[in-house]
Amino acid sequence: MIATAEMIEGHRRIAPPHGAPVWDVDPYDEAILCSPQDYYSELRRLGEVVYIPKYSVLAVGRYQVTHTVFSDYEHFVSSRGVGLDDFKLSRPWRQPSIILEADPPDHTKTRKVMARALSPKSVKMLEALFVQVAETLVDEVIARGTIDAIPELAERFPVTVFPRAVGMKDVDTRYLVDYGAMVFNAGGPDNAIRRRAMQSAGVIVPWITAACARNRLEAQGLGAMIYRAADAGEITVEEAAMLVRSFLSAGVDTTVTGIGNALWCFSQFPDQWEKLKADPGLLRPAFEEVLRLTSPVHTFARTANCDTTIAGVPVEADSKILCVLGAANLDPDKWPDPERFDIERRPVGHMAFGAGIHGCVGQNLARGELQALLGMMLKKVDRIEPAGQAVWRPNNGIHALNALPLRIIPK
Amino acid sequence: MPQVNFVAADGSITTCSAEVGDTVMQTAMANDIDGIVAECGGSMMCATCHCYVDEAWQDQTGPRADGEDDLLDCASSEVRPTSRLSCQIRLTPALDGLVVHLPDSQQ
Ligand code: HEM
Ligand code: FES
Repeated sequence: MIATAEMIEGHRRIAPPHGAPVWDVDPYDEAILCSPQDYYSELRRLGEVVYIPKYSVLAVGRYQVTHTVFSDYEHFVSSRGVGLDDFKLSRPWRQPSIILEADPPDHTKTRKVMARALSPKSVKMLEALFVQVAETLVDEVIARGTIDAIPELAERFPVTVFPRAVGMKDVDTRYLVDYGAMVFNAGGPDNAIRRRAMQSAGVIVPWITAACARNRLEAQGLGAMIYRAADAGEITVEEAAMLVRSFLSAGVDTTVTGIGNALWCFSQFPDQWEKLKADPGLLRPAFEEVLRLTSPVHTFARTANCDTTIAGVPVEADSKILCVLGAANLDPDKWPDPERFDIERRPVGHMAFGAGIHGCVGQNLARGELQALLGMMLKKVDRIEPAGQAVWRPNNGIHALNALPLRIIPK
Repeated sequence: MPQVNFVAADGSITTCSAEVGDTVMQTAMANDIDGIVAECGGSMMCATCHCYVDEAWQDQTGPRADGEDDLLDCASSEVRPTSRLSCQIRLTPALDGLVVHLPDSQQ
């Protein structure tokens, strides 16, 4: 067993690797989490891989190297946790995910089941539901005129459609949102944000577990599809429950953030809203550009499972590597004029959904939700104007707004 | 450097130089080939990188990847025995001269 003095934030301390710049920064500082652009650019400027003594971790933020490390599942594993805690050396806060926090060959099996449930075809069947709810919500916010778009659109849309898509019989929207915040904050250090988010874990975790049971799910829904894979012998019933839990962990907070960030982009860049109105065919690529520019999931980590190298720098086994997706998505070597929101950019290869074998399995659903909601706004809304200061919310894994006052001007 | 020939639905051919180790999808993106959308960037989630491998090249490109059938089932154009997801075809020196045909729609 490793002595506690050698541990830091749930993983083993490492020596600063030879050739890696040392940067005395706290990536989880609240000011940085709310406004990360300077942190991203300094991280990229310093080098291919940077050592951060505060948490004794490595960090990558240039596009190419981030892409390489994030998709190299042989050297940089997910099974030891995709946050700062190393599941091999410290106790995970919950039973680890059997898809996100797993490696091949275990991952291959669960991924196939999830990918089928969340395929483009399967999401297409949800389109009518998404459009119907979008119409109701958009009519409501138009009637109100001035809104806080975070609770009134960004949160309301997913918490209305997502439990129905999954087929949940028990719905507590507050618990769903708070569970997502918990999951993503848990990837960071034991800071005040994480502790605050974890306060209600004792109530919410058992509620979530219970809600994933087969008898708590409708026969028509994504959850039931996962259980049918258990009937077919592809996975066990226990595994099915765990995969349904993955829907609830990863499917709410992320899409809430995607919608909030999209509305923020269009309120900040009205010329792009005009462009989209003129050519609604740009809707899907526009969402990709929202994701590239705002990276709803800003950071996920990997763990070096053996002595290896990153861009020629020696990396010792057990090193935690922060893969800063937000920095990679704004790398000027990959994206010309990266801070510009340009819905015609078609940023294929952006890392907001990750890359490689763990690339977001819910991305079709996320796109489907966005397309329904923004598509409805395109039909009914002439302009989206700021009606006050947008405020970002510090979260160890997610870059989301806390408040977004908007004026919704109908056509 | 292997060359890849993309045959659009209208029959026009674009020949591109590719890097060994890149996928056919990445080659298409790097060369602004219109007939490939590749929304998911190669995570095998979107089926918008669908292509038909020319019959003369079917053996060299090998069988479909695990899970590829499930996703091809979601493709917007007709699926044929030669259908592949171009993000799952990795280029080797032996694939120099590869010919792939593009469907008329991806979404
Ligand atoms: C805008 C919305 C979303 C964003 C930005 C996002 C982002 C991501 C990212 C970056 C990863 C890669 C994690 C890694 O490699 O370690 C991921 C994986 C994952 N996402 Fe999403 N996600 C979104 C929506 C969703 C939705 C709606 C669901 C569920 C329905 C979902 C379920 C998952 C799951 C289960 C994984 C793990 C996949 C695997 O390990 O194979 N996500 N997501
Ligand atoms: S690029 Fe999405 S499946 Fe090939």
